[in-house]
Amino acid sequence: MIYLELFTTFFMIGLFTIGGGYAMLSLIQAQVVTIHNWIDEKTFTDIVAISQMTPGPVGINSATYIGYTVLQQSGAPEMMCILGSFSTTIAVVLPSFIIVLGICRMYSRFKNNTVFEGLMSGIKPAVVGLIGAAAIVLMTKENFPDWKSWVLFAAAFAASWWGKANPIIVILAGGMSGLILY
Amino acid sequence: MNFSSDTPADGLHLISGDLADAHYFFIHYFFITFAVNSRKIMASYWKILWVFAKIGAFTIGGGYAMIPLIQNEIVRRGWLEEKDFPDIIALAQSAPGLLAVNISIFAGYRMRGVRGSIVATLGSILPSFLIILLIAMAFSGFQDDPTVRRIFQGIRPVVVALIAVPMLQMAQKANRNILAWAVSLVTMVLVAFLKVSPIYILVIVAVVSYTVAKYRESTRKKEDR
Repeated sequence: MIYLELFTTFFMIGLFTIGGGYAMLSLIQAQVVTIHNWIDEKTFTDIVAISQMTPGPVGINSATYIGYTVLQQSGAPEMMCILGSFSTTIAVVLPSFIIVLGICRMYSRFKNNTVFEGLMSGIKPAVVGLIGAAAIVLMTKENFPDWKSWVLFAAAFAASWWGKANPIIVILAGGMSGLILY
Repeated sequence: MNFSSDTPADGLHLISGDLADAHYFFIHYFFITFAVNSRKIMASYWKILWVFAKIGAFTIGGGYAMIPLIQNEIVRRGWLEEKDFPDIIALAQSAPGLLAVNISIFAGYRMRGVRGSIVATLGSILPSFLIILLIAMAFSGFQDDPTVRRIFQGIRPVVVALIAVPMLQMAQKANRNILAWAVSLVTMVLVAFLKVSPIYILVIVAVVSYTVAKYRESTRKKEDR
């Protein structure tokens, strides 16, 4: 039952997303590409690109998109693909929903709780490693076929790190360069 | 920029009158039980849905850029008080999930209890869901187009750079000592090369840091005595 599998996988992704959208992307990448082999690195990279350019949080966009693509790649009709999107999107926000509501009710207890802060400061370095792993896994032969792609990587890195460029502009510039270079 | 056009929501507001009445006792119960600030203005469900859909739609890329918009939308309407906002952001960041969605859940709850938070959450994910569905349906026909392939060949390395940069920015903030860098590095190697599930790593790291934090707190309490 693919829907149940998608649902539980994305529920786990939502539950363990600590540190925002990029943490979620790294978890999605590990679960969907590396562990379940539902889609390949190339398709995943394309989905991330589209998710970053379209309105809405990157994590929700890519969850919706991947739900659709997984079903589509197994040859399912359009309605089934939409149902796939639906189950991943709901599954990925459900843990947040349960936990944030729980926190709402115990608001004062979480505020200025040193144990809670210690827990968070311990997890963050691991999340940094997770996102780094996602970047490494996506450096495949297909995504980086030649030296031109490494030049594009370096340029985008510089623009985003030193130039603080808007991600959408960087992606658009990448697309333009692709048209010119390939 | 002014995102705050009210006309569509006002149209919906009229329909929602009966709905709001039907839920009156339910909401009343939550307001008393959880002592939500009574001075706050009651928002209709349709209005909550509309405002959070707007927040969801304008969250492009990361959630952080949208904090001022969210604050403007919610505080200006009198749904939440300005002084509560920093706490809400802090909590939304520490809870699992995405910032924009977590703020929606939290703010929706503070406005109209559990139902308010369901409506706010659905609102914040609805634009993503609809827009991505349209794109996914349309894009499946273009994927093998030679021009599209060239464009995406250029985009892919860029996307990897756009994942690497926030990773390093997070590292600068979160990794304050050698141990933290070691945790990052070990996690990266385990996940990228040894294909270990990130969930196992997160659980282990959480248990260890919880134990350490608990131990530190208990020793501090002993010193205080």
